[in-house]
Amino acid sequence: MVKILKKELLVPNIHFMVLESEVIHLNAKAGEFVVVRPDEYGERIPLNLVDWDEHSASVVFMEVGTSTRKLGCLKSGDTIADLAGPLGRPTEIVTGKKILAIGGCYGIGALYPVLRAFKESGNTVITAIEARSAFLLYWQERLKKYSDEFFEITRDGTRGFTGHIDKFLNWYLLKNSVDMVYAQGCAYLTYLVSQTTKPVGIKTVVGLNPIMIDATGMCGVCRVIINGETKFACVDGPEFDGHSVDWANLLTRRHIYINEERRSLSFYECEKYG
Amino acid sequence: MPEKIIPKKTPMREQPPKERIKNFNEVPYGYSPEEAIAEAKRCLQCKKAPCVAGCPVEIDIPGFIKFIAEGDFKSAIRLIKEKNVLPAVCGRVCPQETQCEQVCTLAKKYEPVAIGRLERFAADYEAAQGEAPIPELPPSTGKKVAVIGSGPGGLTVAGDLIRLGHSVTIFEALHKPGGVLVYGIPEFRLPKAIVYREVDYLIRCGVKLVLNFIVGKTATIDQLLKEFDAVYIGTGAGLPWFMNIPGENLNGVYSANEYLTRSNLMKAYLFPEYDTPIARGKRVAVVGGGNVAMDCARTALRLGAEEVHIVYRRSKQEMPARIEEIHHAEEEGVIFDWLTLPVRYIGDERGWVKEMECIKMQLGEPDASGRRKPIPIEGSNYITPVDTVICAIGQGPNPLIPQTTPDLKAGKWGNIEVDKATMKTSKPKCWAGGDVVRGGATVILAMGDARIAARSIDEYLRTGVW
Repeated sequence: MVKILKKELLVPNIHFMVLESEVIHLNAKAGEFVVVRPDEYGERIPLNLVDWDEHSASVVFMEVGTSTRKLGCLKSGDTIADLAGPLGRPTEIVTGKKILAIGGCYGIGALYPVLRAFKESGNTVITAIEARSAFLLYWQERLKKYSDEFFEITRDGTRGFTGHIDKFLNWYLLKNSVDMVYAQGCAYLTYLVSQTTKPVGIKTVVGLNPIMIDATGMCGVCRVIINGETKFACVDGPEFDGHSVDWANLLTRRHIYINEERRSLSFYECEKYG
Repeated sequence: MPEKIIPKKTPMREQPPKERIKNFNEVPYGYSPEEAIAEAKRCLQCKKAPCVAGCPVEIDIPGFIKFIAEGDFKSAIRLIKEKNVLPAVCGRVCPQETQCEQVCTLAKKYEPVAIGRLERFAADYEAAQGEAPIPELPPSTGKKVAVIGSGPGGLTVAGDLIRLGHSVTIFEALHKPGGVLVYGIPEFRLPKAIVYREVDYLIRCGVKLVLNFIVGKTATIDQLLKEFDAVYIGTGAGLPWFMNIPGENLNGVYSANEYLTRSNLMKAYLFPEYDTPIARGKRVAVVGGGNVAMDCARTALRLGAEEVHIVYRRSKQEMPARIEEIHHAEEEGVIFDWLTLPVRYIGDERGWVKEMECIKMQLGEPDASGRRKPIPIEGSNYITPVDTVICAIGQGPNPLIPQTTPDLKAGKWGNIEVDKATMKTSKPKCWAGGDVVRGGATVILAMGDARIAARSIDEYLRTGVW
């Protein structure tokens, strides 16, 4: 059993959770992830590692299916069944570059350790976080600490730049040049970022989030096509060159269990709430 | 010596095929004490017992069978456990027909003694009596051993070394111990409660078990070596192979590892009680001819498939699966498409597999494996509808440890290289065995490797000589 040291609702549906761990910090690096399992019946859920110290490992997650709904219902002091990690390859931390880092949804949280690592390695970091509306943005102060410039983007115009990420990129890149774009968030966001930067030829690294089970390279469910070649996101990624990803395949594979996920959620809610 | 030779094995009762394909309960029921005694009495008690030499862990087979024949089941299991820490497992999943039973003297003219069934009986008898007693352990040597992976090899090393007075900690990457015994082999062939019972026995003997610890990531081998005097790597075959044919990344195409892990480890067969789902295909094709392919096909039937095909590029004769597994699959209605090779998978507009194209094969000259090489018959291609495909063509060793341990010598396929006499790797204080060394092999061979390694580790810990 793993103790939840702290649990906080950041914005509707997105949670921050600090889990007790004496070992994750030993080798943890920015860009890696952990696997958590809420209880004996739960799925193994891969979640970006957002922070760590000698006694804890933190994650930010969004409630999507049953297992994340279960996590969402827990509070500080409760326990979860399992925590394992760190997993995946860490972000390649370059030096002396100008980097535009983009986060959306749970990816805003995932951005945090990477910004910190980029900044501490002497890069210029421009951060842009996006959401449907202002009330869905979070961690501005935390991220600003490691950002040279900071943008907020909302689709409904309630704060900052109005529009989606492609509109922002087109606007920003018109008058600014960057060496690299880095993006964390849902598959649609990272897809849109990659599609927008591809014609202008800016190196773009994205964190992918395919379905995983063991997350140690054993099952192959997380396979993604990179430059026509099959890779396992759990051991070869989860970060890849956004211009080399077969997005249609990734988006299709993410929906393999959409019907089962709905069924599972309604089963769980009936069990829990009658 | 038996008074009169009984030519056939005492049959083992099992669930009828029509019933069992609707559940995940174990197929054979095991012997009753009377059946076990009757079978044990078939043993000729050969002086120079060839069966012992046929056993990778050298169980005193005539010895334990004699005890069973005399009705002294406790002594039988005690004798087995001197050499084998997992008798309930091996009695079920060992390929006895190519090991101990193959060389049984009776087998020259009749059916061999059912050694596997007797081993299983002895282990199950002990389990039915309640918690197995803990053997007396020698005083602690103060030496610490890290065992990586809690599969059959890791459990064997742990069991051997704890009884020699060393302190043992097993590190397991997954959330349950047992390795392939838990994620790979289905419940109907090896009930998980049996594996957990064996693990629990080791824990009661003093073995420490750390779950959710991925050596190579959570801590490297070099980090472990700061705390431990020796390391055994038994991380198994953890990298599924695909055929690299078009359409393999369509939805509904699984690796055997994924399919079995979902069903066995994550209990997807009990979805939605358990959260992890699995495709419940109606027309399933399993590609491959080994035990893993049989396990997938039989799992698919139990998940409600109407038609399950084993698609294998050679003929029945060359199939690597155990005869018993092929027999069970046939009984349950699995259809075998021999001499057939998939060449591509065709998807529907939503990205799901809907058809597969296959080509028929014929057998040519023997290849490097000694089996006749399958050759495609030009123009024999055909397309058949499928909604689930499971690729069970084998797997390589898991790359996490070789990737993060640069001074560990690995072969072309990522297999860790060892000295076969000691299972020592190229890295001092590190031993390895089982599938991470051999590629995909068997439970008992992993246990055999583990036994050799345990001897060598003990010698090193006592003498300090590498």
